[in-house]
Amino acid sequence: MYARRAWLAAAALAALALPAAAADTPGVTVSEIKIGQTMPYSGPASAYGTIGKAETAYFNMINEQGGINGRKLNLISLDDGYSPPKTVEQIRRLVEQEDVAFIFQSLGTPSNTAIQKYLNAKKVPQLFVATGASKWGDPEHFHWTMGWQPDYRTEARIYAKYILKEKPNAKVAILYQNDDFGKDYLIGLKEGLGDKAAKMIVQEASYEVTDPTVDSQVVGLQSAGADTLVTAATPKFAAQTIRKVFDIGWKPLHFMTNVSISVASVMTPAGPEKGVGIITASYGKDPTDPRWKDDAGMKQWRDFMAKYYPDGDQADASNVYGYGVAMTMVQVLKQCGNDLSRENVMKQAANLKNLDVPTLLPGIKINTSPTDYYPIQQMQLQKWDGKTWVLFGDVISGEGS
Amino acid sequence: MITVETSRPAAARHYAGLSLRTWRIAGIAALLAAACVLPFSLSSYHLFQATQVLVYAIVLLGLNMLTGFNGQISLGHGAFYAIGAYTAAILLDKTGMPYWATIPFAGLVCLVAGFLFGRPALRLEGHYLALATFALAVSTPQILKYKHLESWTGGVQGIIISKPDAPAGLPLDSDQWLYFFCLIWTAPLFVVGWNLLRGRTGRAMVAIRDHPMAAATMGIDTALYKSLTFGVSAMYTGIAGALGALVAQFVSPDSFGFFLSISFLVGIVIGGIASISGAVFGAIFIEFVPNIADQISKAAPWAIYGIFLIAFMYLMPMGVAGVVRFAAARFARLASARRPG
Amino acid sequence: MQALMHQVLSGLANGGIYASVALALVMIYQATHHVNFAQGEMAMFSTYVCWMLLQAGLPYWLAFILTLGFAFTAGVAIERIIVRPVEQAPVLTVVVVFIGLLIIINSLAGWLFSYTIKAFPSPFPSNAWYGSPFMSPHEVGMIFVTMVVLALVFAFFRFTPLGLAMRAAAQNPVSSRLVGIRVGWMLAMGWGLAGLIGSVAGMMAAPIVYLDPNMMGGILLYGFAAALVGGIDNPWGAVLGGFIVGVLENVAGAYVVGTELKLTVALVIIIGVLLVKPSGLFGRVLVTRV
Repeated sequence: MYARRAWLAAAALAALALPAAAADTPGVTVSEIKIGQTMPYSGPASAYGTIGKAETAYFNMINEQGGINGRKLNLISLDDGYSPPKTVEQIRRLVEQEDVAFIFQSLGTPSNTAIQKYLNAKKVPQLFVATGASKWGDPEHFHWTMGWQPDYRTEARIYAKYILKEKPNAKVAILYQNDDFGKDYLIGLKEGLGDKAAKMIVQEASYEVTDPTVDSQVVGLQSAGADTLVTAATPKFAAQTIRKVFDIGWKPLHFMTNVSISVASVMTPAGPEKGVGIITASYGKDPTDPRWKDDAGMKQWRDFMAKYYPDGDQADASNVYGYGVAMTMVQVLKQCGNDLSRENVMKQAANLKNLDVPTLLPGIKINTSPTDYYPIQQMQLQKWDGKTWVLFGDVISGEGS
Repeated sequence: MITVETSRPAAARHYAGLSLRTWRIAGIAALLAAACVLPFSLSSYHLFQATQVLVYAIVLLGLNMLTGFNGQISLGHGAFYAIGAYTAAILLDKTGMPYWATIPFAGLVCLVAGFLFGRPALRLEGHYLALATFALAVSTPQILKYKHLESWTGGVQGIIISKPDAPAGLPLDSDQWLYFFCLIWTAPLFVVGWNLLRGRTGRAMVAIRDHPMAAATMGIDTALYKSLTFGVSAMYTGIAGALGALVAQFVSPDSFGFFLSISFLVGIVIGGIASISGAVFGAIFIEFVPNIADQISKAAPWAIYGIFLIAFMYLMPMGVAGVVRFAAARFARLASARRPG
Repeated sequence: MQALMHQVLSGLANGGIYASVALALVMIYQATHHVNFAQGEMAMFSTYVCWMLLQAGLPYWLAFILTLGFAFTAGVAIERIIVRPVEQAPVLTVVVVFIGLLIIINSLAGWLFSYTIKAFPSPFPSNAWYGSPFMSPHEVGMIFVTMVVLALVFAFFRFTPLGLAMRAAAQNPVSSRLVGIRVGWMLAMGWGLAGLIGSVAGMMAAPIVYLDPNMMGGILLYGFAAALVGGIDNPWGAVLGGFIVGVLENVAGAYVVGTELKLTVALVIIIGVLLVKPSGLFGRVLVTRV
């Protein structure tokens, strides 16, 4: 008899405690975690929309396997068309209307800049933003914002270091997309070359996404007498650049941003023999690189794509990227246990130790701490040999400032 | 004796006991009252959307003046919206001017910009003017990113703006205050616009649209009116841009691509060309229909939006305002059917 | 000097793309007196159809010709089904319908074919004798194809009874009907032919710019500018306009302002031309009797 009363009392207390927990943890119930996201499913950056779809598929897979601590993941991914005012609107809807627990992997530097102050003021985690801008790792001023991938400036600095070491008298030219992505490379390259920058950089050329071709820019850079080229271009323009450089008979030491090194989306359309010698710094495995054909991690990814995202392009590195970030997110949530308050989510995100994600290059691990908001800071150089990317050198640690 | 029937001057039309004028005033008063009550019954997010509708309504009124009433096609009003927004942002960022003072400044800058653009554009007609304005819209993001202007505009990173708080003493939160602040601008701008368009100026504008040669022969200075209309239209859009910057709290070159200009054009056509109420209908359309399309189809939401556009044009070629006018006329006829002439 | 030559030739190559799109715009304008904003997207979609046929294994020329057929039929269908109901509506209403069409086709292409870029083959061999470091064989071949299409379009409108009927139907539908011309079908044919020319433009541009749903956005803008600079009712003017715009854009970017303001300067110059010659360089100036 006493036992039964004790059980009833315990049950009553538990029933009272649960709603209270829900009040402190928006977006979280016993059975669900609501996650918000904005992605450019339309507009000039629509090619990246597949990242959102891959992440949704990954969370579906986790749900089918039972969820995390018994809770299903509900990713609400809204289209912002890569337009910051629209991003603001969608994020407000997610936070105020849909009551999500946190924002995950919103894409675009201007888009994330527009919502950073709002989310930090409302103390909503802005996790693993899908942009390589260097400004996201600032725990002192923006405690609730964290990036994921190595930032573009670090990558450019790695190229600059290589140039200074291997070709100190180089005449450097840079072709960059005229937006935050391209400009970050320009700044990083100048920072990396230091006081030699003014002398070494002989020409800078930019292009807009609305430009049909970059042929004129490439021709201009060659005419300036450059013998080293750094290209910060998205896949379509990168392919055009590789092809044009070859066609005009120019043979510079060529660095390519790791955003545009996909074998199927860039190297093959450009012409595999035309890109021989191109150097890039990478952190993830390319899905179309024959080197990873039997790799266990990529096999896992391929099985995932076939079962949960069959419409997804298995040649698109964006889908590998989305898989990796989603896996990181799941790890954070697992570490949270039953405390899914926003504070704890943020605390666990800043508490990743040597996390091994199988789609990252061997030797590259994810590490965060309350003062280190850059999850991935390592990259490795690789060179195109006409068929595949060949790694060389050691894993480099970028000094994320 | 021959009796000559003289007709009495027609008494003012009365509908259900009240004159047309009284109906109009009552209608507008009711609308204003509803607008004032709205912030207290809507959630923060919906209020944010409603504020955006007010901002777009101002733009569409400005654009309608130029394209609907004056017949000058502009595909470039996104540029004036951007100029207004950036003027406000730069003033807030660099000079510490209070936010409410930046709005008239933005309007003034755009008034001048619009007039300066309108003057040479006088020579262009129809498609050529459309191209010139479209060129303006397309080049705006590039100009905003230009490295020599970067210290002012913040380049690709844009400028972040703080949201203004309600003045001390008023029991409103910042979202509600922002809504009222926009309403304080929207209502008078609409009244001024209404006066302008109903009066001599409006008639001159319409005359220039329909028969430029006849208008010139009648003594209307077409060049002056056309440039002025451009200026005023740009001013409205600039004011809206400045308000929009406060609402979004952020300006960047990517916020003002040419799709924005296209959206404005779509807005006035859907709302109703050459109609003042059309500006509000159009604003509601461009704010909410993309969200609705998103909910209907995740796979190809913009295809749904395009279908909406075409369907609206089939069903209401004169825009929503056209349909409303038609319905109102029908109702008026029914209500006055009993009155002897 | 060599650098300048290089930029000019590169500009001519780009100009070839703009010229072919401008031709399609002029075609549809001459046939219907409307500027079709969806022209670029229709061209892009036809190119995807050709790509699908090539993926299925068909030889290039067969796929090319089948695509021409598809593009023509699609153009006629769009005119009859979508544009006809709003034929009598005010101009701006029709413009919004075109915008809707543009958005729908773009969205469909993205959904059906995804946004990853695809390589598109060129019918011109990459080691042909007419290639050089300045201009690849495909770029030369493309200009040649554009000139052939231009000649055909010009001859069609000038020398054939059907072309005359189409021009009449566009300029004066009422009188044309009185003379026995079936105006509705003339308009539909105009759209069909414009779709066909557009698909040629797409299939010629794709090997250079790579195939993706947003391929034609920037090109359409320049094509539009080219058509207007040359005179919207003049096919020769449109093609010449295309080359002018291409070279202007390149030279301005390389020598005048640098690439950061290339687009702006090119457009400013085009507007400047229009201010001096409001009907375009070779357009007919209409004089109205009062």
